[in-house]
Amino acid sequence: MYEHLETAENRDSLKRVVVDPVSRVEGHGKVTLLLDADNKVQQARLHIVEFRGFERFIQGRPYWELPVLVQRLCGICPVSHHLAAAKAIDQLVGIDPENLPVSADKLRRLLHFGQVLQSHALHFFHLSSPDLLFGFESDISKRSVIAVLAEYPDIGVQGVKLRKYGQEVIRMVSGKRIHGTGAIAGGMNKSLTKAERDYLLEDIDQMIAWSAASVALIKKVHCSNLPFYDEFATLRTNYLGLTKPDGALELYHGGIRAKNEHGETIMDHIDYCKYNDYIHEEVRSWTYMKFPYLLSLGQENGWYRVGPLARVNNCDYIDTPLAEAARVEFKAHSGEAMVHSTLAFHWTRLIEVLHCAESIKTLLNDPDIMGSDLVAQGEKRYEGIGVIEAPRGTLFHHYQVDENDIVTKANLIVSTTSNNMAMNESVRQVAAEYLSGRELTEPLLNNLEVAIRAYDPCLSCATHAVGKMPLQLELVDAEGKLIDKLIKHSDGQIERDNA
Amino acid sequence: MSKTITIDGKIIPFEDGQTIMDAAMAAGVYIPHLCHQPEFTPHGSCKLCTVNVNGRNCSACTFPAMEGQDVLNETEELIEDRKKITQMLFVEGNHFCPSCEKTGNCQLQAVAYHLNMLDNHFPLFYPDREVDASHAEVMIDHNRCIFCTLCVRASHEKDGKDVFAISGRGIHKHLIVNAKSGLLKDTDIDASDQAVHICPTGALLVKRTGYQVPIGERIYDHKQIDQVALAASGSRPVAALQPSMAVGTENIKHGE
Repeated sequence: MYEHLETAENRDSLKRVVVDPVSRVEGHGKVTLLLDADNKVQQARLHIVEFRGFERFIQGRPYWELPVLVQRLCGICPVSHHLAAAKAIDQLVGIDPENLPVSADKLRRLLHFGQVLQSHALHFFHLSSPDLLFGFESDISKRSVIAVLAEYPDIGVQGVKLRKYGQEVIRMVSGKRIHGTGAIAGGMNKSLTKAERDYLLEDIDQMIAWSAASVALIKKVHCSNLPFYDEFATLRTNYLGLTKPDGALELYHGGIRAKNEHGETIMDHIDYCKYNDYIHEEVRSWTYMKFPYLLSLGQENGWYRVGPLARVNNCDYIDTPLAEAARVEFKAHSGEAMVHSTLAFHWTRLIEVLHCAESIKTLLNDPDIMGSDLVAQGEKRYEGIGVIEAPRGTLFHHYQVDENDIVTKANLIVSTTSNNMAMNESVRQVAAEYLSGRELTEPLLNNLEVAIRAYDPCLSCATHAVGKMPLQLELVDAEGKLIDKLIKHSDGQIERDNA
Repeated sequence: MSKTITIDGKIIPFEDGQTIMDAAMAAGVYIPHLCHQPEFTPHGSCKLCTVNVNGRNCSACTFPAMEGQDVLNETEELIEDRKKITQMLFVEGNHFCPSCEKTGNCQLQAVAYHLNMLDNHFPLFYPDREVDASHAEVMIDHNRCIFCTLCVRASHEKDGKDVFAISGRGIHKHLIVNAKSGLLKDTDIDASDQAVHICPTGALLVKRTGYQVPIGERIYDHKQIDQVALAASGSRPVAALQPSMAVGTENIKHGE
């Protein structure tokens, strides 16, 4: 491992190289490298430089605003935030997942399959396919979806249309492609009309066919670049995610399962409402993103990966036939109990796209999505926890309210946060193995971004170290001269530095 | 022959006792307004209905219609002034439409769309205002109050209660409730009171009902505020107010 590259000792004597911003990811982050005189990498870090603060400013708001307000964290996977918050506020009105009306449950699942489909399609086709089709160090003019559309028009157009279809599913269920209002406490505010259902059914077979083709494409890309694709930025880690009670792949609701690098179970079928007994978060001074870890394994060994690779690794099977066949092929390629290749995130992402498309078809043919029993009410509670498998991994929403229905406390563990340690480790590994000692060029630096991109990080969602983050405020005059400097330490102490 | 005024050159009949606003609405002419509701005593505070009468600006909702009035309503200058007033209403409070449960049903938002308000123009005040959620059924979000006094008038005139009043002057103006504690829970308000439902923004809300109306079925999803206001006032047949379709069939393929 490469932990020694997190912090170099003689930092002042080192040359600094910055990749800012990291491109083709959601949100804003940067990578810094510190190099010695021989261009040997001494330090490599992924910094998340956005600050959001949602957990703080939703305090004082009424709880029913949460699904609509908190989804504004993100424009790519707002539905996942919307539904995680909805699951949490279901509990505030006394409704546990098993008591949600059947129609509401199925509509939410349909909504979420649309979400995962569109987000994964966006990530693979728009953001990552240029790297995978043209090579990691290809000319910069090739590294965009425009170049993909020019050279591989079929693949490009299918990607754009797959994403659009997912967006249309979202629009039919929640009224808008982005930031709709479908889920309310205890249910949904509308079901699908027959016209809406028929509209979505028109294209679903095409979507399943294109999804299957995309799985074949990534398999070909991956397997024709072995062993490189199995080794690049690869980490042997723990994996965490939700599964169904029978161990099947699950995106909307299930128990927490974690497995170690050998595929041995660390925990299984854990009620996510008790997540706090199993998962803690660590804050570090140089990034706004926290570092979660499994309490039972400790800070050093307890970090884990989430997202498509974790889910496909963790589950016993997938309950749609084409995706299950793809999963079996995928697992067989490595010959190990768990697939650790970081670039295999792409492969598993597309297996999930196929699973979503198949599941959408099943739900569209289910009359319950046009049902009228949409909302249930129970006894008021003061705490609600909602957990969901967002496209990028397990997403936790945890709220407390007072007797007046006002939010008093909120905690969010966002998917990308769980991959923080892994992304940093992958960056350090790529820096050490592919960059160290070489004359750094722009295409070479793209290797770092390829490693980060594999995780499909959503950096804007993931910056939640509210209140604990050290901050530095500098007052600079027009000539650029430093006039004053205030430093807030992670313990809340404020210091003035007039040096 | 009945008495008439002209609005933007159009001859508009009126009866004695009618304001310019009354006459205009009855004739199907929309004058933007927020603090005015036909069934309550005119207040003239939002100034959005400012029109020019024979060269002098005045509030259409309080100014009596009189023979010989030449009223200018939709001039470039008046529309620009109304837009500025609306922008000031936005920056003075904390109006976050994206997450507000009143969005799509909000008159402040709808009038801003009608006036083609595309930004705040003025710096935001970000005032520190409270939410009073103390009452079991009704909530005040002071962040969104525009001091139109419709709740004050509705409580007094229709509910017979006097739950609300405006206190303070100028920038210190604020909505207060009739209770020693200053809290809504200690007033005699009821969720069925007209005062609770008259708010043109999201300042007064019935608790736990937010977002129940799907996008596509909200008041201003398919109609502009002028169409809605004229249809509601029962004036001449401008497009009748119909319950709009969810993401209706004809809208399905054309985006939201």
